[in-house]
Amino acid sequence: MFQAFHLFQMIRSSNKGERQISSNPLLSIKNIQKDFYGNKVLEDISFDLDRGEIVGLVGENGAGKSTLMNILFGMPVIQKTGGYKGTVQLNGKDICFRDPVDAIEAGIGMVHQEFFLIPSFTATENILLNRESTQYNFLVELFGDRLQKLDRTAMKERAIRAIQTLGVDIHPDTLVSEMPVSYKQFTEIAREIDREQMKVLVLDEPTAVMTESEASTFLTAMKRLAARGIGQIFISHRLHEILEVCDKIVVLRDGKVIKNIPASEATLRNIASWMVGREVGTTSFRRARSADDQDTSVLLSIDKLKVDMPGERVKNVSLEVREGEILGIGGLAGQGKLGIANGIMGLYPAQGSIILNGKPLPLNNPLESLKAGVAFISEDRRGVGLLLNESLKLNIAFTAMQVKDRFIKRLPGGIKWQDWNELDASAKEFIDRLEIRCTGPDQRVVELSGGNQQKVCVAKVLAMEPKLLLASEPTRGIDIGAKQLVLEVLREFNQRDRTTIVMTSSELQELRSICDRIAIVYEGEIVGIVPADAPMEDIGLLMLGNKLVDEPTHA
Amino acid sequence: MSKKNISFSSLIISNIVPLIFLLFSIAAIPLSGLTPTYLVQEMVTRLGRNTFLVLSLLVPVMAGMGLNFGMVLGAMAGQIGLILVVDWGIGGIPGLLIAALVATPLSILLGYFCGFIMNKAKGREMVTSYILGFFINGVYQFVVLYCMGSIIPVSDPELLLSRGYGIRNTMALPGLRQALDGLVSVEASGITIPVISLLVTLVFCLLLTWFNKTKLGQDMRAVGKDMAVADGAGIPVERTRILAIIISTILASYGQIIFLQNIGTINTYSSHEQTGIFAIAALLVGGATVARATIGNVFMGVILFHLMFVVSPLAGKNFIGDAQLGEHFRVFVSYGIIAVTLLLHAWKRRRNLLAKQEGKSEENREDDVS
Amino acid sequence: MRNIFERAINTLGWARLIIAAFLLVLFCVAPFVGIRIDTSLSDILVRVGMNGIMVLSMIPMIQSGCGLNFGLPLGVIAGLVGAVTSMEFNWAGFFGFFMAIVFAVPLAIILGYLYAQILNRAKGDEMMIATYVGFSSVAFMCMMWLLLPYRNPLLLWGFGGTGLRTTISLEGFWLSILDKFLSFRIGSLFFFPTGTLLLFALACLLMWGFFRTKTGAAMMATGSNPLFARANGVDTDQMRTLSVIISTVIGAIGMVVYEQSFGFIQLYMGPFYMAFPAVAAVLLGGATINRATITNVVIGVILFQSILTMTPSVINNVLKTDMAEVIRIIVSNGMILYALTRKEQAKK
Repeated sequence: MFQAFHLFQMIRSSNKGERQISSNPLLSIKNIQKDFYGNKVLEDISFDLDRGEIVGLVGENGAGKSTLMNILFGMPVIQKTGGYKGTVQLNGKDICFRDPVDAIEAGIGMVHQEFFLIPSFTATENILLNRESTQYNFLVELFGDRLQKLDRTAMKERAIRAIQTLGVDIHPDTLVSEMPVSYKQFTEIAREIDREQMKVLVLDEPTAVMTESEASTFLTAMKRLAARGIGQIFISHRLHEILEVCDKIVVLRDGKVIKNIPASEATLRNIASWMVGREVGTTSFRRARSADDQDTSVLLSIDKLKVDMPGERVKNVSLEVREGEILGIGGLAGQGKLGIANGIMGLYPAQGSIILNGKPLPLNNPLESLKAGVAFISEDRRGVGLLLNESLKLNIAFTAMQVKDRFIKRLPGGIKWQDWNELDASAKEFIDRLEIRCTGPDQRVVELSGGNQQKVCVAKVLAMEPKLLLASEPTRGIDIGAKQLVLEVLREFNQRDRTTIVMTSSELQELRSICDRIAIVYEGEIVGIVPADAPMEDIGLLMLGNKLVDEPTHA
Repeated sequence: MSKKNISFSSLIISNIVPLIFLLFSIAAIPLSGLTPTYLVQEMVTRLGRNTFLVLSLLVPVMAGMGLNFGMVLGAMAGQIGLILVVDWGIGGIPGLLIAALVATPLSILLGYFCGFIMNKAKGREMVTSYILGFFINGVYQFVVLYCMGSIIPVSDPELLLSRGYGIRNTMALPGLRQALDGLVSVEASGITIPVISLLVTLVFCLLLTWFNKTKLGQDMRAVGKDMAVADGAGIPVERTRILAIIISTILASYGQIIFLQNIGTINTYSSHEQTGIFAIAALLVGGATVARATIGNVFMGVILFHLMFVVSPLAGKNFIGDAQLGEHFRVFVSYGIIAVTLLLHAWKRRRNLLAKQEGKSEENREDDVS
Repeated sequence: MRNIFERAINTLGWARLIIAAFLLVLFCVAPFVGIRIDTSLSDILVRVGMNGIMVLSMIPMIQSGCGLNFGLPLGVIAGLVGAVTSMEFNWAGFFGFFMAIVFAVPLAIILGYLYAQILNRAKGDEMMIATYVGFSSVAFMCMMWLLLPYRNPLLLWGFGGTGLRTTISLEGFWLSILDKFLSFRIGSLFFFPTGTLLLFALACLLMWGFFRTKTGAAMMATGSNPLFARANGVDTDQMRTLSVIISTVIGAIGMVVYEQSFGFIQLYMGPFYMAFPAVAAVLLGGATINRATITNVVIGVILFQSILTMTPSVINNVLKTDMAEVIRIIVSNGMILYALTRKEQAKK
């Protein structure tokens, strides 16, 4: 009854809106399929969104959430990669947008995780960006509509109306740069609300940057919007928020809808296990853990590490890594798992203490870390890992040359000449060992495929002969064969040379297949360390920030 | 520390450049031995003459394209207009108006080209517009020195070089000289005030203020602050940027016409070269930055910069006994002030970038507390 | 066939192909309008030697990611001071030339160091700031030329004026000392400036050698991918500083070489636009804002100087008018503009 009243109100207030209430759902996604170059990312996705309904969309990173949203918004990247199969219906009509502007005009709004606001503009100016109220003047006849004068009073009124809908108290003249985070998020939503035709609102992790209290105000505002008949898709990793506010929960995993159930029928634990999936057979990499592993000495000990890596901030991490082990670091994207390795390498400003082999490691100094015997495979292969325009052999030898003076012939006068014979020889050795597909040591790295580029990164690290290897996302974006090979090489490296490895990865299966222990990072802290064969469900819960009640003693 | 204190010191810091120039001028004026009447007269003349040119820089700053070194394109268009008008023998106000009329389509064309090129070099607008100025200068020289009198008909042989084509190096502007300044000029206690020039400048100030309040002005600010956000909101970013440059180029061409009618002669091949550098230096002396410039900066800058300009040769002569030194000094200051402002801007931009990251972690720290 | 054609275009670039073709046409036309090829070739060789080292000075800064060295006037100033100081003592011949370089280099190191400190604080905006640092330093030196205590009357204004002359002749000091070293003539008109070209070749060789060392690799990595360089133990700020110092020192030496060939020292506003032809030449040779090789320098300086020599003389003889200046302006700035608007290549 209540719902219907608001629905009626909404329809009356929208001048061009639908006149009749159809029996169709507001938004209907039917049998969506999408692949990127033969790589299936979405398979047969279907679900509905009704007026005034909030659907919670959950799934691990890479489950397909963002691809689905890109399809909904007609992002150009979808068309460029060959479009998609299946249909999306809005109010019973098929829709297929060419670009986001089309989507916005049709009434779909999006609130981004990163703010799409201009900081030096006021709330009003941001809310009404490019939809300002204007007044006519005669110069318009000469130079066109853009010379209409802004009607500041009318703009303010509209802004206030939009803000009030959310039930928050933001002064329309406040500069965005002076707002707390949640207000920025509200301003973004107010901008969507001001569009009179707005029917569907997609909220992509809007609460990720908010405090508890800010988030609860936010959830209240969501409910108010729902009461006005706006359908919402809510993406969040904070499951209790999902449970609190959503009517329906859709769980995605590996591009498939795993569950589509009313929120009342779901529990935290259920959702977590649906997200990460069930136990799969053990894989070939893991060695039988022998008893003596447990008495080996500590190689690396980290205390209260804080790393200022944008997007992957580490707040407080203490961790011990034993000599000869492979420690996995897992967690969802943005929680800070990548910050740990980058912090140890000194690539982002860090605080705290790191002791390697009994000696304190100077922070924020990559050269010292390298000299102390740490090597790093960066998660950003093309950005940090490689000199794309240079030859394979130089890429492989570069670090060892700079740090250890390897591959160098000393000429009279102390000149350190690059020894290209040695460079060639070592490059050829690695090309054979890692099966790098290339024309030879002189080929430029940019011409190689992703998997082979990654092998060059691995070779670069092996040439360093490190005591401790930090491998961040070593298999990201490479094909199965290369993946297998990289993991095998790491394993071999660990066993033959007894090199300690800290491997960071978003793929749980991969961590479980190669690591001895897995540490899970949530909101910049380690929430638990479990043996690699711990139940998936437990790991899933940890990834979502729920500490295990009966935390197992460290194996 | 009281709040007043803080705002006072921040007031000084944010106006440090104009303050230094003010102090310098105060120190140099007695040394120069110039009379107050002479100085006031000079300042009034120069306000009427130079302000308009400096005004033309405001719009691109607003659109986030930095200091438009490409304004010399407009200056060249203005000069071509003047050359043709002189050749056609039209004097007085009609002459100026027709010169402006000729310069307008040329400026639109050049401005469009400049904006187009700058869109291809986003993030490097200033150095690109700067080189573009040199490039078009070459084309201008080609047109004026080789085409005029050969391909483009020039009827008055007095204007041409003795070889029969190409415009002379210097050219008087008979009939146009001070046509605007002299139209209505008022004498007040020994000072001649070019009322109309000042009035025209003032009218354009009002127009710019009004322009700020239009939809297009708002769009330009949005594009200037963040191209991605503006684009996301559906503002045609590239078009808006081109418009900003076109407006700037047109205004610069009018500015050059006003400037030259006051001077009364054109140095065909060098008048425009210095236009850009002096206008930009003046704007910066007035306290503007690469990212922010107001009409107040324009007036303050024109007065302070030209005060320095007038005073320094004589001050140098009386102080060290060499007028040349003072002349070199003012050239040094013009370039130096631009170098320093650009450096400060780049520095600040990097600091802001770092602060932005730290600001985010600041928020996280607050998270920890709550 | 078509593939070969496309690859040629890709490796050479349209701009260079067009200019090379244009040059070829000029050389074909030249004899018919009364221009002697041997004189032209000789002119080109002299000018290549004269400008080559200054163009070479672009490489370290481009390779370390500091962009095009519009601040070349700093090196030029050091070269001028070196030359003037050497002449102050009336040193002539090879010794005078050598001492000019001896005076110039330490000053270039100091100026380069200071210049690098500025550029390291302006990452991303180097070029514009470099331009204005160059301009302001030239303007500053204008004052210095008046004030510096040089006493040799050959250098000073004759009557009444103070300070150094605007143009100082090298006649009787070390005019063409390098050009004439081991030089030879073929016929009466073709002159081969052996010494200058040898020095240019030697400088190129040294530069090539430098980038084959460990430090050279680190510098190249700094420009190619600063994040990579840092993550692999390179102190990027230090590398940038070193590159700016090297560029400035080579610029200074290049200036002294230029002077001996040119025959005059031009003070005051003389060095003002000196950076632009050098920048244009290296770009014409196929360098981009963040990548330049010795080949780019050699090809660039030859093409650029050929254009500057041939076009005006051909046009002058055909149209009977002197268009050298306009052509220089359009070609050099057009080239720089083209490079600035090009999309940066696979960099991140």
